[in-house]
Amino acid sequence: MPCQAPEERIRNFREVALGYTEEQAVLEAQRCLQCKKPKCRDGCPVEVLIPEFIQAVAERNFAEAAAQLKEKNALPAVCGRVCPQESQCESKCIIGIKSEPVAIGRLERFVADWEMAQEGQMAKEKCTSATSTVSPKGKKVAIIGAGPAGLTCAADMARLGYDVTVFEALHVAGGVLMYGIPEFRLPKAIVEKEINTLCQLGVNVQVNMVGGKTFTVEELQQKGYEAIFIGTGAGLPNFMGIPGENFCGVFAANEFLTRTNLMKGYDFPNALTPVRAGSKVAVLGAGNVAMDAARTALRLGAEEVSIVYRRSEKEMPARAEEIEHAHEEGVQFKVLTNPVEIVGDEQGWVKGMRCLRYELGEPDESGRRRPVAIDGSEFFMEVDTVIVAIGQGPNPLVTQSTPGLELNRKGTIYADEEGRTSLEGVFAGGDIVTGAATVILAMGAGKKAARAMDQYLQSK
Amino acid sequence: MYPIVKKVVLSSAVKEFEVRAPMVAEKAQAGHFFIMRANERGERIPLTIADYDREKGTITTIIQELGASSTLVGQMEEGDEILDFVGPLGVPSEIELFDGPTVLVGGGIGIAPIFPIARALKAAGNEVISIIGARNKDLLIWEEKMASVSDKLIVCTDDGSYGRQGFVTDALKDLYAERGKLAAVWAIGPMPMMRAIANVTRPWAVKTIVSMNPLMMDGTGMCGACRVQVGEETKFACVDGPEFDGHLVDFDLAIKRLAIYKDQEKRALAALEHKGGHCGCQ
Repeated sequence: MPCQAPEERIRNFREVALGYTEEQAVLEAQRCLQCKKPKCRDGCPVEVLIPEFIQAVAERNFAEAAAQLKEKNALPAVCGRVCPQESQCESKCIIGIKSEPVAIGRLERFVADWEMAQEGQMAKEKCTSATSTVSPKGKKVAIIGAGPAGLTCAADMARLGYDVTVFEALHVAGGVLMYGIPEFRLPKAIVEKEINTLCQLGVNVQVNMVGGKTFTVEELQQKGYEAIFIGTGAGLPNFMGIPGENFCGVFAANEFLTRTNLMKGYDFPNALTPVRAGSKVAVLGAGNVAMDAARTALRLGAEEVSIVYRRSEKEMPARAEEIEHAHEEGVQFKVLTNPVEIVGDEQGWVKGMRCLRYELGEPDESGRRRPVAIDGSEFFMEVDTVIVAIGQGPNPLVTQSTPGLELNRKGTIYADEEGRTSLEGVFAGGDIVTGAATVILAMGAGKKAARAMDQYLQSK
Repeated sequence: MYPIVKKVVLSSAVKEFEVRAPMVAEKAQAGHFFIMRANERGERIPLTIADYDREKGTITTIIQELGASSTLVGQMEEGDEILDFVGPLGVPSEIELFDGPTVLVGGGIGIAPIFPIARALKAAGNEVISIIGARNKDLLIWEEKMASVSDKLIVCTDDGSYGRQGFVTDALKDLYAERGKLAAVWAIGPMPMMRAIANVTRPWAVKTIVSMNPLMMDGTGMCGACRVQVGEETKFACVDGPEFDGHLVDFDLAIKRLAIYKDQEKRALAALEHKGGHCGCQ
């Protein structure tokens, strides 16, 4: 797929991958074998009609392709960009055994973008007021959290004819798609368009509404919401628990990314929220969030950016494409390395990290080889900024304010496969159930929960 | 949108706003804060709730113009609408009936957020002694409101232009000498003032609660900007606070963390004053 050249793109926030042309898309689609029992679909958490939409692309019937795609996926332009396809649909592609699998993700992106282009420039109006669409089922459903899980659940419930209201704590809908994933990987205008499409389905989105604070689950029930989906996502960033982690210049990846993406810190001072990358940056962790933070730091002008990870590159949880892009852009990979202390100067600013080198031992319960510190390997790494990207714990606001809601050991919400919680009529999915995971898994959870909510409401 | 129903200019840089935000007003309690964003350009600013009126559906707050975003708010007028207003956030003050006098210390614009706590303590049957202070008479706010909820009110100004001359810490020391026993102290004001109060009460072992105002963005625990070192623990002011045990807070670090974006803030203010910036002064 065509991309902006690395030396060019590290100086801007524009999208890195440029997408297929029509010709490229059709050629790629024609490689699909149209398997009778498509394995690719099994690999997709939201069960996208993959062979069907690819067939339509091969026939140049892009409108049909879009219709097939959106049958199951409320956010195709998002998924086409951020899904880890190589470990999902594309990993199951039969062609992939002998050569490159069909580029399902890129085709998905092409179709979604084609459709958006047809619709022309849609107004970016915020959909904060109720629409006048009549809900055929006459039942009110509330969704707490407008991230990938909540939006998917909302879309499916609206399609089923329910009167859906989404409550979002931030001032825009989208969740991690807006605050976390950088513009250069997922343009915010695309997220906004996808959300507008939801509003056209009749979904009512109310921003500035903090579940557990502005309202509680119980109050929603009293107001006549007959089923409630909790998709409040991850919260409370994890820290290493090492000395010095509150020094100035140590940031949670979420702070760094939210300042840059949601608050448009890269456009400071036109946008008034500042962001600071420093010149020598260490990013702790090696997931997608870590890659996003490292590449963002480069674009904000940092001279030297390193990913510091205690395992090897093989174990990194980030998408292959993101790791590759980070390499191309000059991010350094300091693997088998972990800090034991963050050292600050007299002004309270970070000046470096005391680190240990690691080697890999036997596999642990995660199946990955366990990193073991090497005795006497300590060294000092000079940095002026540390960005911590080692995951998040669950957001406590809704769970604390909902008596009777059963939790897992780590404070996430207990929910069964279909998203049913211990409270009748209350469902949950996404990171608040699983702990920090991917966009597509959260969407899959939202979808399953919608099905279960429909069953529940039908049988009531 | 959230209309400003009343604006009072308390001094050149300090403004009192009453904003219509019924859902926030319905839930607001002493110790809570909220987050607002003036317009599309503005930052999300956390502000303490100084008062609320559930019937009118309004929240009252005091804002001091320091950086670009607070200046943007300070320039808004009655009838203008605030784009985003979210809350109430944080853990409310723990109000109980104490065995002895409770002391409320408010410094500068910190007098405003101490008011609802004083009122709640009074309503719970406590003896409420309030000490309020400012650099000079012109900067002193809400004296009457504080008097209305206090059994005793002590007013201090640094320059002696009103009330007793000196710092709130001096007044607190005198009060302790006079009363011998204090049940609890709440202190809200600039970080150095809260640190000074905590240092004064530490040897007395009097429960001392301070309200931290670190940098913050989402206010729901997501971003981790508002970390406060409390004893051995890292706490998030937005979900664990904003009130903490003043004897355990690492104020030195908190003060340094507040200044992380100081240089950028200067640039933003310069840009704002030059109507959008790009004037070359950055």
